[in-house]
Amino acid sequence: MAAHLCYGRVNLNILREAARKDLREFLDKCAGSKAIVWDEYLTGPFGLIAQYSLLKEHEVEKMFTLKAGRLPPADVKNIIFFVRPRLELMDIIAENVMSEDKMQSPREFNILFVPRRSMLCEQRLKEQGVLGSFTNIDEYILDLIPYDGDLLSMECESAFRECYLENDQTSLYHTAKGLMTIQALYGTIPQIFGKGECARHVANMMLRMKREFAGSQTQILPVFDTLLLLDRNVDLLTPLATQLTYEGLIDEIYGITNGYVKLPPEKFAQKKQGEGGKDLPTEPKKLQLNSAEELYAEIRDKNFNAVGAALSKKAKIISAAFEERHNAKTVGEIKQFVSQLPHMQAARSSLANHTSIAELIKDITSNVLPTRLLPPLASETFFDNLTVEQEFMTGVDTDKVNTYIEDCIAQKDPLIKILRLVCMQSVCNNGLKQKVLDYYKREILQTYGYEYILTLNNLEKTGLLKPQTTTRNNYPTIRKTLKLWMEDANEQNPNDISYVYSGYAPLSVRLTQVLARPGWRSIEEVLKMLPGPHFEERQPLPTGLHKKRQQGENRTTLVFFLGGVTYAEIAALRFLSQMEEGGTEYIIATTKLINGTSWIKSLMDKPEVNI
Amino acid sequence: MNKGKAEEDDYWHSSKYSAFTFDDDDYDFTKLKESQRAVNSIRGLVEDDCEDDEDVEKVSWSGEPVGSILWGVKETASSLRTSGDTQNHGFPKIQHNPPLPRQSSGYSLSSLFKGKNKTSSFSSLLDSLPDTSMRVYAPELRKPRSEYKDYDSDWNSEETIRRMRQGKAYSLENFHSLQEKLLLLDEAVSSHNSNVITAVLIFLKRTLSKAILFRELAEREVALRHFIHLLKETGEQRILVELLKKLGRMEDMALLQYKEHISIKDENQRKDFLKTCLSLPFSPDDSTHVQDHYMLLERQIIIEANDKRTDTEIFKKHPRKASILNMPIITTLYYSCFYHYGESEGTFSSPANIRKTFRISEKQYFLTALGARAKLKQWSDVDRLCNTTNWLGYTKKKSPIGFQRVVEILHKNGAPLQVLQDYMSLVDNTEVRVSLAQKFKCHDIVINTYKELKDRQQLIVYQSKLERGSPEYQVIDELIHSLNIRWKN
Repeated sequence: MAAHLCYGRVNLNILREAARKDLREFLDKCAGSKAIVWDEYLTGPFGLIAQYSLLKEHEVEKMFTLKAGRLPPADVKNIIFFVRPRLELMDIIAENVMSEDKMQSPREFNILFVPRRSMLCEQRLKEQGVLGSFTNIDEYILDLIPYDGDLLSMECESAFRECYLENDQTSLYHTAKGLMTIQALYGTIPQIFGKGECARHVANMMLRMKREFAGSQTQILPVFDTLLLLDRNVDLLTPLATQLTYEGLIDEIYGITNGYVKLPPEKFAQKKQGEGGKDLPTEPKKLQLNSAEELYAEIRDKNFNAVGAALSKKAKIISAAFEERHNAKTVGEIKQFVSQLPHMQAARSSLANHTSIAELIKDITSNVLPTRLLPPLASETFFDNLTVEQEFMTGVDTDKVNTYIEDCIAQKDPLIKILRLVCMQSVCNNGLKQKVLDYYKREILQTYGYEYILTLNNLEKTGLLKPQTTTRNNYPTIRKTLKLWMEDANEQNPNDISYVYSGYAPLSVRLTQVLARPGWRSIEEVLKMLPGPHFEERQPLPTGLHKKRQQGENRTTLVFFLGGVTYAEIAALRFLSQMEEGGTEYIIATTKLINGTSWIKSLMDKPEVNI
Repeated sequence: MNKGKAEEDDYWHSSKYSAFTFDDDDYDFTKLKESQRAVNSIRGLVEDDCEDDEDVEKVSWSGEPVGSILWGVKETASSLRTSGDTQNHGFPKIQHNPPLPRQSSGYSLSSLFKGKNKTSSFSSLLDSLPDTSMRVYAPELRKPRSEYKDYDSDWNSEETIRRMRQGKAYSLENFHSLQEKLLLLDEAVSSHNSNVITAVLIFLKRTLSKAILFRELAEREVALRHFIHLLKETGEQRILVELLKKLGRMEDMALLQYKEHISIKDENQRKDFLKTCLSLPFSPDDSTHVQDHYMLLERQIIIEANDKRTDTEIFKKHPRKASILNMPIITTLYYSCFYHYGESEGTFSSPANIRKTFRISEKQYFLTALGARAKLKQWSDVDRLCNTTNWLGYTKKKSPIGFQRVVEILHKNGAPLQVLQDYMSLVDNTEVRVSLAQKFKCHDIVINTYKELKDRQQLIVYQSKLERGSPEYQVIDELIHSLNIRWKN
């Protein structure tokens, strides 16, 4: 189930195995039968580390979701709470513990904090008078979770908000710790580059942690040549744009959580013989998405416009394989064919799923002119939206009130969509003219409610929305120097990363690309225009651990996005890894996988409101 | 022969499942249809054939691989619900997944940090990591006193912080003087460990006066941020407000206080609270918005109280679906245009009064009023809304959003053809006008526009789309044969 983690350039399964071992050790510490009470949020990330079977092997008999009130009955010796260190969860745990039936045979309570213990939480338990009831209080350091063969995420939703809005650097400390773990497993990373305030801070902490233990060195041959730390606020533009890769669009439209997506079920109904009359399922269809699925690995990073062709090609191969049965004449041949059936069946169902998903997406994105005018079709909206985004990114009319945005507000389109566009205009214009900004703000507050003053203020504090302070707009210079806009992006057979946004090359990935060749010295001017310092550090390696590079051997770079990364950026980095004369392969790490919507949402003070 | 066998034979001998061909040159999404077809044609072939195959991961409908954690939680829950009931829940039995190929690494994360690993080659690893025993953190709970034998009450700040980071027993009570406490704080901050910093801050908060604590924190940015975070977490709003005020961060303080209104459910309490916010030091812009917010809620409460009791015609015919409380201003304006249209400007609920008080732009007002009146099919109101009188006393139709939008909105609300035509003819751009007319089947407009443009060819094209013998068809027939028009083509 984790085999896909091993295939990449760096075997990330080592990290997963280490995390699993840790989990087993904790479970064994609580001797006897056990029930786990889950903070629901954690089941997703844990699912990437372990299966139920692993827990069962260690005498986990029951699993519940953390809820207020009394714990469900379970004849076990231990109750273990798996929770994030959050005060509101402590109150629920306290309630659970206090309402435990005293007449029943006593159960022992344990807490496992993920990813860190918290004094504050323990103090809260103490105030509630239950701290003494716990046999074990421990922490499960789950900083970086292997997501895929080349992808690690901390799954820390609030990291951007904490770092850039609240100036809270806790998640950066965890990042530094996570990177120390990586270096313990994969060797010291000799070269560190970075851009941005947070990057500088993480690098400083790493170097300090290293210094504190100077003298003793890791005896592992370094797997990574370079670490690149990038602040999200160096590139605020990219996540605002609509991702146009297959995986990116799935995330934009349906949202991918912990590697799973929930889809409307209609297109997945299996029509089995004799079940024709059955009702269609109403529950969303949940699918796991990762490179363990051969077809998905092939198409995830393609521009959506190239997915149809790829699917039909695959369909052809699969049906040809099934046709083979006609050629199977001898018993041996038939046996051979039958032995391949399971794989063929898996390929078939994979093809069926992705054909359905592609159809779902097509219904929304297709830019074929609609025949009906009203209500506006989803596709029409999608196309118009994209047109405006591209105008902004190419610098067209970014200094005036945009009529499309105005119309969207008048139609009461979802607020997040409006905010994405307004912020994008602001970023591409290096701030909006005061008059324009005031106009947008008034329209938004009048249409969506005055309480969004708070959201608008948050956006201003993070720099996503701002008044123009100088008349000089440096975005065009940045765009030209870094070639952020490519007129003739080839979506079918890409020759440049700009294919992931059908023309726009993500700034963050361009910085990564330029760093590898010809180096940042060539873009000093632009780097100065972007926020935060840029720096280079070297970590000395003990003699004997210097890598002797074979001729033609690629370098391996770990790119860490502080504050989140989008699937389209990941696709662009994978594209660079695969480029024949690229010379560098990339492993990607981040605090959280984001898209424009989830990102803006994290900056709203009423995240539960979904308008 | 049973059915399954028959099908099987069918499968081996028939050519029912024929292959299909693709046009490789046509990279288009019609391909999706074909791959769908391919899928369907293969479907059934291999159904249930490999149920026991270990290579194929079992997935329940909801997508959780059978055996995943989330699946396990649900499984427990469903077995609890139907405890005693032996029925099958529709989930297949748990398959023990074949053990994964074990990785060669025989060490775990924690062993790295704790130094308990058996593999000697890694023994140097743990030394390279700081915070060697990060995992066992705070004072071990419920441990016999004897284990505290290395306990010494005379540690300096450095030693204490180190012990805190390592999760060993420690005491902060011996740090008496302000200087000692600040040293402790600085030491904690330089550890970057937020947990340790927080613990020290809790101690300082308990043992220092607010004035001194605030003063010292003002000079220590990192500690200050942690303190603010701590206060937010624990919900100590009052102290936080005081702190921000002390630091001169007035706008932050104002916004923080304003934010509290979200959690007040009762509308009168909320209104009163917003009133107290009016005097807060917001930025000038925000100050106006907060003022508007207060006035809006105040007004909504009055309107709500009145309208709840009213049973005039309009409320009977169109019962209110929801209360107007806490709705945005534009929604409130729409409500007012719907239920209180034509009221004199003096009343709180009249559209004119709301428009003026809340400085609604002409465009927004027009759009909102149009939407509301069209919804009620009050076409004469729509008419008046568009009328403007110039200084000579002539009335003229005007629309701040253009007449195309007007037509679209009217159409959406089921306006009769005549009404639609009236507004369609006001669309200046002939191209837009024709395409609108074609879309909504206003033949007269199409025909007149082409006639106006003297475009005979287009008329002929349009005629070909019409039903032969229909009145429109006749009209065009007469036109294109008319000798009085000078066609341009």
